[in-house]
Amino acid sequence: MSSTVGPTSTLAPGEAARETLDRAALERVWSTPPGFLGWLTSASHKSVALRYIVTAFGFFALGGVLAALMRLQLARPESRLIGPDLYNQIFTMHGSTMMFLFAVPVMEAFGIYLVPLMIGTRNVAFPRMNNFGYWIYLFGGLMLWTAFALDIGPDTGWFAYVPLSGPAYSPGKRVDIWAQLITFTEIAALVAAVELIVTTLKMRCPGMSLNRMPLFVWAMLVTAFMVIFAMPAIMVASTMLAMDRLVDTHFFNPAEGGDALLWQHLFWFFGHPEVYIIFIPATGFVSTIVSTFARRRIFGYPAMVLALIATGFLGFSLWVHHMFAVGLPQLGEAFFTAASMMIAIPSGIQVFCWLATLRGGRIVMRAPLLWALGFIALFVIGGLTGVMTAAVPLDLQLHDTYFVVAHFHYVLIGGALFPLLGAVLFWLPKMCGRMPDERLGRVSFWITFVGFNLTFFPMHLLGLGGMPRRVYTYARDAGLTTGNVVASAGAVVLTAGILVFLANVAWTLRRGAPAGDDPWGAETLEWATASPPPSYNFAYLPTVDGQAPLWSTQERPVVTGLRTDVREVLITDGVDATPDHRHRLDGASVWPFLTAVAATIGVVTALFTPWGVTIGSLLALVTLTGWFWPRGAPAHETVEQRP
Amino acid sequence: MSQRALDVSALPTIAYGPRASIWWGVLGLVAIEGSALAIVGVSYLYLRQNFVAWPPPGTPLPALGAATGDLVVLLASIVPMAIVDRLARAERRRPVAIGLGVMVLLGLASLALRALQFAGALGCRWDSHAYGSVVWTLLGMHAAHVLTSTLENALLMAVLVVGPVEHKDFVDAHVNAFYWYFIAAVWVPTYALVYLAPRFL
Repeated sequence: MSSTVGPTSTLAPGEAARETLDRAALERVWSTPPGFLGWLTSASHKSVALRYIVTAFGFFALGGVLAALMRLQLARPESRLIGPDLYNQIFTMHGSTMMFLFAVPVMEAFGIYLVPLMIGTRNVAFPRMNNFGYWIYLFGGLMLWTAFALDIGPDTGWFAYVPLSGPAYSPGKRVDIWAQLITFTEIAALVAAVELIVTTLKMRCPGMSLNRMPLFVWAMLVTAFMVIFAMPAIMVASTMLAMDRLVDTHFFNPAEGGDALLWQHLFWFFGHPEVYIIFIPATGFVSTIVSTFARRRIFGYPAMVLALIATGFLGFSLWVHHMFAVGLPQLGEAFFTAASMMIAIPSGIQVFCWLATLRGGRIVMRAPLLWALGFIALFVIGGLTGVMTAAVPLDLQLHDTYFVVAHFHYVLIGGALFPLLGAVLFWLPKMCGRMPDERLGRVSFWITFVGFNLTFFPMHLLGLGGMPRRVYTYARDAGLTTGNVVASAGAVVLTAGILVFLANVAWTLRRGAPAGDDPWGAETLEWATASPPPSYNFAYLPTVDGQAPLWSTQERPVVTGLRTDVREVLITDGVDATPDHRHRLDGASVWPFLTAVAATIGVVTALFTPWGVTIGSLLALVTLTGWFWPRGAPAHETVEQRP
Repeated sequence: MSQRALDVSALPTIAYGPRASIWWGVLGLVAIEGSALAIVGVSYLYLRQNFVAWPPPGTPLPALGAATGDLVVLLASIVPMAIVDRLARAERRRPVAIGLGVMVLLGLASLALRALQFAGALGCRWDSHAYGSVVWTLLGMHAAHVLTSTLENALLMAVLVVGPVEHKDFVDAHVNAFYWYFIAAVWVPTYALVYLAPRFL
């Protein structure tokens, strides 16, 4: 369709005056209404994403408090500080909060904030859905934590294995709360995934063909596809569990032909890709940070993209390695061992490409890069213990011990939290317009790095020494005291590091030096606009002719001719990003919020009666009708007035 | 601002098919719901391994009548939906509204036939045994999609009748058709799994 685009033309003089007028018009159309109503109704990807990020860090803090309580309990043998029942709730809440309410949402939230800026457009593809997803996520988290405050928090672990979580062994509402938390977070994650895919494929600025897309955008695209194919498995599984508990189905009841292993298969068919759903966005952070501070484009861009895609596929062929201890056919185990070891190949390619980028660059050592380098070190350790546990004989020995706890905290904290904190420092100037303190950034890194290793390295040894997971205490003469004392002391240091980091963020928001558009001299389009970006992102959408548009010396044309009196965006071709048509996005609306409320009423009622599904659906029918009922469309978009 | 500009003011404001962003949104929905149905289908086969006889003794083979009628209705409904799709691209307001009305009736017919399957054809309840649980879930999930799409068709018909009508409403009719094709097509493997496989496999 590029043939319909007018020839490149020279603008008339008086350009600056015209730009001022255009900016004023755009601001009128795109700005979020002020006050409480604006907060409820916002259709801005940036304000929704920032809310998402702040909320996710709120849950991170809550999950962190639970972790601290566990380390306090385990700091001495035979401690009576926390009883077994509360301890069960605490580790279940810690895992569920960190995985479902922190790690996945915070990564998707960074995608929702950054992707539209990086690809040079004004918003995400479905702004109202985006707002709906946030409210569903928030209500799910509030439901879980309210239940915990009432002493009905889930207590069967973050993977809620049957038969323990089934109706026979877990009466009461605790597991139902967990199953419905899954319903909420699934909806939110899937909404965000579809947003990210459609935005990435259809709204890239002219010239940004797939092979020029920033690696972070590639990472989010692969992640979003993984969400779409992984999350339905847990959605189905948790629905089956809820039905077994509420309406007496027999999916997991062996007495009536059901199967407990079906749960494990379904859970891990989601649960293993979940790890990559958290990890792949983190690689996108690292690629961006490494390339910026090495002052060169990433080494091996095609290899990096292929590695991301390969990880996305291979991530689905590993789930059985969580189940080696259940007695599967040996041939099957051998296959999944091979697949588990194979995923080290694309991960290895990425590590080597980062190292090659650093080797070939002129390194500027700044705090975000420090976090990225810390990631590389910790992730390699976590990856190596992963390859170890992929071997069936070793896995049988280590299964359900603290060795596994050590392994996945190296992968998740080292592999995702470290890059995330680096990303916070890196993009904070863009988000708030102020620079974080460099010294505090470095100090917090070193305290966190030391604290992290002190906490989690001893857990390898504790696991090898036979300490099982999820047991609220250990015997005085078990030989586990020293390791646990070191780990608990390490947790104090780790907490201090995170607190210094948060203090830096708080300081930045109030006192940080003004950042300017592009304080790091980075290469991607989000740095081509003001910090923080205006509501419409760019006065004129950019065009690009390479992978690093801001490092190009060539003057590029900008897009003109989009309307400034409605929320109009440019839709482009999915592969080549040639301009295709203009499209009006929906603006702020209260209906997404009301639909989230309707769904919440339905889901919470369904804890007690299956009629909750009916009630929720009827309420949602009302709110969805309100959502989609046409009103106030501009005259040029309406057809004839009478049928 | 740069000295040169790429003027897009001549581009259209409406597009259909893969050119439109909403089409991709619906494709995402289809991928999600298709995966979920496939996973329940795999669970059906997984649970079958636990049974010597399938359906279990005391439960008859699922009766074919209502389900086959459902199959005929859903496959036949693709024709009027395809006509609605074509008329929508031509922005024919009244014919599209009438076509959507026909689709609502066909959706209700499918749901009525589904109710007969639950009421008798399956010959068991969801809480009889794992077989009952999984066939009720498969048919129920699919019925939920038929219901959702029928409500969407009804809502869109109401918009077209009441107005004001926007150009984008016709794109909505077009993607409703896309979603309906998925729902009708996915009934074929669901039907084959629940009704034919226990007879022939």
